[in-house]
Amino acid sequence: MKFRLKMAVSALALGLATTAFAADVPDGTTLAEDQSYTFWLLDAIKSIDPQINTDVEGSDILRNLFEGLYNEDGDGQLVPGVALDHSVSEDGKTYTFTLRDDAQWSNGEPVTAGDFVYAWRRLADPATASEYAWYMELMQVENAAAIIAGDMDPSELGVRAVDDHTLEVTITTPLPYFPQMLVHGSTFPVLQSVIEEHDDDWTDAGNLVGNGAYTLTEHQLGERVVMEKNDTYWDSDATVMDTLTALTINDGNQALTRYLAGELDRVDIPAGQYPRLKEEYPNQAVSTPYNCSYIYMLNVGDKGPEALKDANVRRALAYAIDRDIVVDRILQGGQRPSYNWTHWAVAGFERPELDWADDMDQAARLEKAKELMAEAGYGPDNPLALTLQYNTSDDHKKIAIAASQMLKAIGVDVTLDNYEWKVHTDRMQNQDFDMARYAWCGDYNEASTYLDLFTSYSGHNNGEFFSDAYDQVMRDSKTADDPLPLYQEAERILADQMPIIPIYHYANVDMIAEDIRGLPQNNVNNTWYGKNLYRVAE
Amino acid sequence: MIAYTLKRIAIAIPTLLVLIVISFLLMHAAPGGPFTSERELPPQVLANLNAKYGLDDPLWKQIGTYVWNIVTGFDFGPSFVYKDRTVNEIIGAGFPITLTYGLLSFVVAVTVGVSLGVAAAVRHNSALDYAAVGLSIGAQVLPNFVMAPILVLVFTLWLGWLPGGGWQGPETWIMPVIALSTSFMASIARITRSSMLEVLGSNHIRAARAKGLPEHRVILRHALKPAMLPVISYLGPAFVGMITGSVVIDIYFSTGGIGKAFVDSALNRDYAVMMGVTILMGALTITFNLVVDILYGWIDPKIRY
Repeated sequence: MKFRLKMAVSALALGLATTAFAADVPDGTTLAEDQSYTFWLLDAIKSIDPQINTDVEGSDILRNLFEGLYNEDGDGQLVPGVALDHSVSEDGKTYTFTLRDDAQWSNGEPVTAGDFVYAWRRLADPATASEYAWYMELMQVENAAAIIAGDMDPSELGVRAVDDHTLEVTITTPLPYFPQMLVHGSTFPVLQSVIEEHDDDWTDAGNLVGNGAYTLTEHQLGERVVMEKNDTYWDSDATVMDTLTALTINDGNQALTRYLAGELDRVDIPAGQYPRLKEEYPNQAVSTPYNCSYIYMLNVGDKGPEALKDANVRRALAYAIDRDIVVDRILQGGQRPSYNWTHWAVAGFERPELDWADDMDQAARLEKAKELMAEAGYGPDNPLALTLQYNTSDDHKKIAIAASQMLKAIGVDVTLDNYEWKVHTDRMQNQDFDMARYAWCGDYNEASTYLDLFTSYSGHNNGEFFSDAYDQVMRDSKTADDPLPLYQEAERILADQMPIIPIYHYANVDMIAEDIRGLPQNNVNNTWYGKNLYRVAE
Repeated sequence: MIAYTLKRIAIAIPTLLVLIVISFLLMHAAPGGPFTSERELPPQVLANLNAKYGLDDPLWKQIGTYVWNIVTGFDFGPSFVYKDRTVNEIIGAGFPITLTYGLLSFVVAVTVGVSLGVAAAVRHNSALDYAAVGLSIGAQVLPNFVMAPILVLVFTLWLGWLPGGGWQGPETWIMPVIALSTSFMASIARITRSSMLEVLGSNHIRAARAKGLPEHRVILRHALKPAMLPVISYLGPAFVGMITGSVVIDIYFSTGGIGKAFVDSALNRDYAVMMGVTILMGALTITFNLVVDILYGWIDPKIRY
């Protein structure tokens, strides 16, 4: 326990030392006259209520309007937010956070521990009906499950305000990565009086009161969100950027055109265009690792095809895919071929040595795949017929076509099934598939956000891969001083049983205006804060 | 005529009801629901959501409550996906935008289309005629999802004259209106031209010319009105099509209009928004079909109700 405590504290101390101010502007920098930053949103913001939001785009807005206990720096390390630091009890189940006393809401009221208590209870409260209520359960906060089920009153939640600036959280099992989970928007505080006054309209511009570095001045659904610097924010003196504007543009290519016309400071690069743009704009096109993994999930459950119950067949399918072609020829954006589940750049994670990844080249893998198929009784004379299901998208389609050709080489006849998103998801959740395209994005920067998914009790294990050994390893990892060896063991089980076909680890490929500074370059969650940004004079 | 109008309005109400019930049932028959996501929700969380939005009631009760709320309070309920907003707010914010570029497009399409059609017919088989026909065929075959990115490329990136999208005043209206009106304009021009040609060959025009009327009077006073009949039957649905929005315009120009919201609501299974927009479009379609029928009677006295 002590080890863990030390880890958390030292991480914080490090953060404090390197990021003492909001925007870290080096001496001698000439700032531009215009301090405004315009970024791209693919879709309309579904909600800017911290406890209701479910989207990455929404989180980008939330982080600027609200502030949670901790923030992340450009390397994904925790830095103080409203909390200055915390201590953990000997048994690892009670966290006590010390909150700063100069944090204010945008209406001038002080931010107190009670605001967090209110927000967390609100997240779990069945009356709120938050889609992210399960996050309280994931955080193992005491009584969360019973409250969500309606069996207990929200006031029984394991969070209390010791005084205005001390917050105490009780969790049911020790979680080494608990502090990392607090960066998530659903844990941000909200002000009870404002919600009660405006009810469902409290998130409208003009009504919304936040404690972040910016306030909401305009939200035109599906068009734009505008945020202005908040003068009551505790670190507003060090905040350089005056205005943040998010433009909704539903088409990636159109967004790129508007970036090139100077209307945006940051856009995602559409698939396949990174090499060209990198050559043309070497200082603007950047690729950074992004906390998501792309796989084909195999249905190994009762409703799945008989052939997929054989681990040899599953391994053969995984071996036959040439991932280099997928990333180098189709995606071309700095994504990395994957031979395991957890994203390579997740903090504190290292992939274990895996023979199919490290000791074989693609030719050897293909040979082995043919061998395994022959052993299982399949071959050119007796081909295995499987369907590969994917949701509507040009990229998924291209990858699926390539994969079906690669699988043909080992005698698998693949039928491609394309469905729109909701149908695809619905079929997966009803085990109505053979192989299905799936992607998972980590909720926080730690390997368990991936590995927990394949436990038999996870609720997201659509392929119904149930393994007692795997469950045990993941259970043990929760209390281990150093969970890495157990995470590696879990990855080895996955590589051996192969309930998924790993394809690639995501990367964010962006065009970023040359005069913008302060965006994270090394944070897999791409957690960025407007208060860290500044624009330099050309 | 008044009796006829009243009768049509009386028919409109059951028509809308049938529309509501069928859409409601179809929508619920589609796989997945508003809360289906890659992170399958724990059953208890899903139950809380279904309870909050009344999705745990039997279907007949849901339809009943829905219609009752509309009739008694004009309340279309909360959006299941855009949870900070009600359907009324979403339509209230998006429809005026759609209506603005829709009406402008309509005006442009009718003015340019009719003028072009009349000019082509009057100068039949001249260079002007060929140019007008060529132009309208070109405009018709160029779909707006091709035209929209080209417009942005030219006017935003290359020339730097217009903002590439958004809804921030008249300069952001220009490209959406061009992209939306072009193909309608082309159709109107073609219909006007052929109908005008037919009218110009008819007896009453010959009589008018024989009376020695100046040509512009013949065209404007005697030919134009009867030539508009087929155009008007086209304009009714076209008008509804334009003012209820275009998903292509909304996507490429980020207008925040209702067209994108409608398509999204179907893909997101946002039952409430989808019903709201369906009813809006249904009501508009019924209304403007009625308007067209009444206009018919005004233009062509031979039509009796």
